[in-house]
Amino acid sequence: MRVVLGEDLTLLRDGLIRLLTAYGMEVVAAADNGPELLSALVHHRPDVAVVDVRLPPTFTDEGLRAAIAARTQLPGLPVLVLSQHVEPLYAKELLSAGTGGLGYLLKDRVSDVLRFIEAVRTVAAGGTAMDPEVVSRLLARHDRDEQLGRLTPREREVLALMAEGHSNAGIAGRLVVTEKAVNKHIGNIFTKLDLYPGEDANRRVLAVLTYLNA
Amino acid sequence: MMDFAERAKRVAWQTLRTCLRGMLLAVTAIAGLPLLVVSLACVLLLPAGLGVVLAPKSLLVVRRQADLQRRWALEWSGVTIAAPYRSRSTKPTNRLFRVFRRCWWVLGDPATWRDLLWTLVNVPVSIVLGLLPAFLLVAGTWTVMDDVGTLLSEFNNVAPHGFLLQAFFLSMLPACAIGGPWLLKAQAVAASSLLAPTRKEMAARVGQLTESRWDAVDASAAELRRIERDLHDGAQARLVSLGMNIGFAEQMVRDNPDLALTLLAEARASSGQALSELRALVRGIHPPVLAERGLDGAVRALALSLPLPVDLHIELAGRPSAPVESAAYFAIAEALANVVKHSGATRAWVQLQYDHGKLVTIVGDDGTGGAHPRTGGGLQGIERRLNAFDGMVAVTSPAGGPTQVTMELPCELSLART
Repeated sequence: MRVVLGEDLTLLRDGLIRLLTAYGMEVVAAADNGPELLSALVHHRPDVAVVDVRLPPTFTDEGLRAAIAARTQLPGLPVLVLSQHVEPLYAKELLSAGTGGLGYLLKDRVSDVLRFIEAVRTVAAGGTAMDPEVVSRLLARHDRDEQLGRLTPREREVLALMAEGHSNAGIAGRLVVTEKAVNKHIGNIFTKLDLYPGEDANRRVLAVLTYLNA
Repeated sequence: MMDFAERAKRVAWQTLRTCLRGMLLAVTAIAGLPLLVVSLACVLLLPAGLGVVLAPKSLLVVRRQADLQRRWALEWSGVTIAAPYRSRSTKPTNRLFRVFRRCWWVLGDPATWRDLLWTLVNVPVSIVLGLLPAFLLVAGTWTVMDDVGTLLSEFNNVAPHGFLLQAFFLSMLPACAIGGPWLLKAQAVAASSLLAPTRKEMAARVGQLTESRWDAVDASAAELRRIERDLHDGAQARLVSLGMNIGFAEQMVRDNPDLALTLLAEARASSGQALSELRALVRGIHPPVLAERGLDGAVRALALSLPLPVDLHIELAGRPSAPVESAAYFAIAEALANVVKHSGATRAWVQLQYDHGKLVTIVGDDGTGGAHPRTGGGLQGIERRLNAFDGMVAVTSPAGGPTQVTMELPCELSLART
C-alpha cells in the first residue's frame, strides 16, 4: 500500500513513517508544507494520504485545503486527516469535497497503533474513519433531524460506530450483541434512510454521509 | 447626654480642622506669589539661554504646587481634578537636545500657563474663602466669651439693637460649622476651573487611551497566538509522539524487543522535552519566581541568567499590583535581552525604585549605543507594554554608548510584603 504523508514536525513525520513502514506500507513521499503536499498527491496518486491539518507556510489549515484540492483533482482519493483538535466544520468540508475513503482523527489516536493502522486501511479501502469526538459532537445536533429521528437509539449507536469506521464484527463486539443483530440494525438503518439495496460498502458510506451531513 | 457631648466634640473638632485647612490654603496661595514672579523672570531669561534650563525647573515647582492643590481638593472637598499635563516624548536623543525638548515639553503645554494664572487668581480666592471660616469661628467665639454672661443676666436690659447685633455674631459659630466645608469646596471648584483639563485636552487623552488600549489588545492577542503555536508545535506534538512510541513499543515488545526498547528510550526523552518546553512556555507567560518572590526576586533571578554581569540596585518597600509587576518584569527582561543581543556591552545595570507614585526602572549598559526604537523592535514592544498602564519609556543612546533605558509605571505599592 502506497502512502503520501503530510506532516511538518520532523518528530512526528519520522515516527509515522517508521510506524506505517513497520505495518507493511510504503511511504512514497513525505511533504512538510501545503503546496509540496498537493503536488506529491497529484504526482504519486497514492492509495491513501495521511495529512496534518496545520502545515506551513500559513500554519492554518493548509493541509486540509491541500487534501480537499487533491480530492477535487483526483476524485475518490482516500484521505486520512490528522489534527491536534477536531472540528466538525472541517469534517463537513472534507465530506462535501468528493467521494471516496475519508478519515478525520485526533493525533492522539496514533498511540492506539493497531486501531490507527486499521483506520488507515479502512480509509484506503474507501471506508470512513471519523474520530469519536467528531461523531459525538455532530450527534448532539442530530436530535432535530427528521430522517435521523426515525432511527431508534440502538440504530443510532450502530450508525455512530459505522462512522468511526468499525466493521460489523467490530460493532457487534463493542455493543456486546451478535453480528447477526448488527446486520439487522444496519438493514433497518438503510431502509429508514431510504438507501435501497445495492452494493453494501457504498450504502455504508452513504449512510454515514447522511448521518454526518445532517 | 453622653452621645450629645460626643457629637459636640466631633463637630467642634471638624470645624477647627476646616479653619486650619482654610488658613493653610491662604498661606500656600500667598507663598505662590514669589514663585510666580521667579517663574516669569525665568521665562524672560529664555532668550539669554539660561532660561532654557531654569524656566522648566521653576515651572515644574509651580506644577508641584498645582498638584498639591489637586490633592487637597480631592481629599478635603471630594472634588476630583485630573492632571492635564502632556506626557514626555520617549524618543532617544542626545543630552543637549533633551534640555530643549524638556523646555518645550513644559512651556508648550497650555496647562503650564493655566497653572501660572491660577497661582495669581488663587491669592484673592484663597484669602477670602480660606480665611472666612477662621474669621467666623474667631468672631463667634469672641462674642460667646465676652457677652454671653451679660446676655443671660441682663436679658431684659439689653437694647433690641444690641441684641440683634450680638445674635448675629453668635450665629457665626453654626455658620462656620455648617458653611466652612462649603467654603473650602467653593475654593476647590474655583481651582478646578483652571487646573482641570480642558475639553480639548480630554479629547486628546481619550484618543491616546483608545490607541493604547488597541495596542494592549493587539499585544495580548499576539501573545495568545504565540502561546497557542508554542503548545501546538511543542508540548502537544511531543505528547503525541510519546503516545505513538509507547503504543508502537507495546506492539513490538514480543516480536522485536530491541525496537521496543529503542522506542521506549525515545519516549522517555520525548516526555522530558515536553516538560522542559512547558516550563519555558510558563516562564514566558508568568515566571514562577515572579509569583513567588515578586519583582525584586524575579529581576535578581533574571540578572543571574544573563551572560554578562548585571549590577542591581533595587529599593522597593512593597509589591506593585500583579499586572504592573508583570509588565515591569517583561519590560526589564526585554531591555536586558536587547543589551545582550545588540549592545556588545561588558556590564549592565538595573536600578529599580519607587518614587512619587511611580515605579522607576533604569536599565543601562556600557555598550556601543545607537539604540533606536525600530518598528516592531524590542523597545517598541516595551513602549506598547507600558502604555497600557500609562507608563513611559525614555531612551538615551548616543553613538558610542552608553545606553540607558528609563521606564516609569504609575502604580501603588502594597506595603505588606506577601
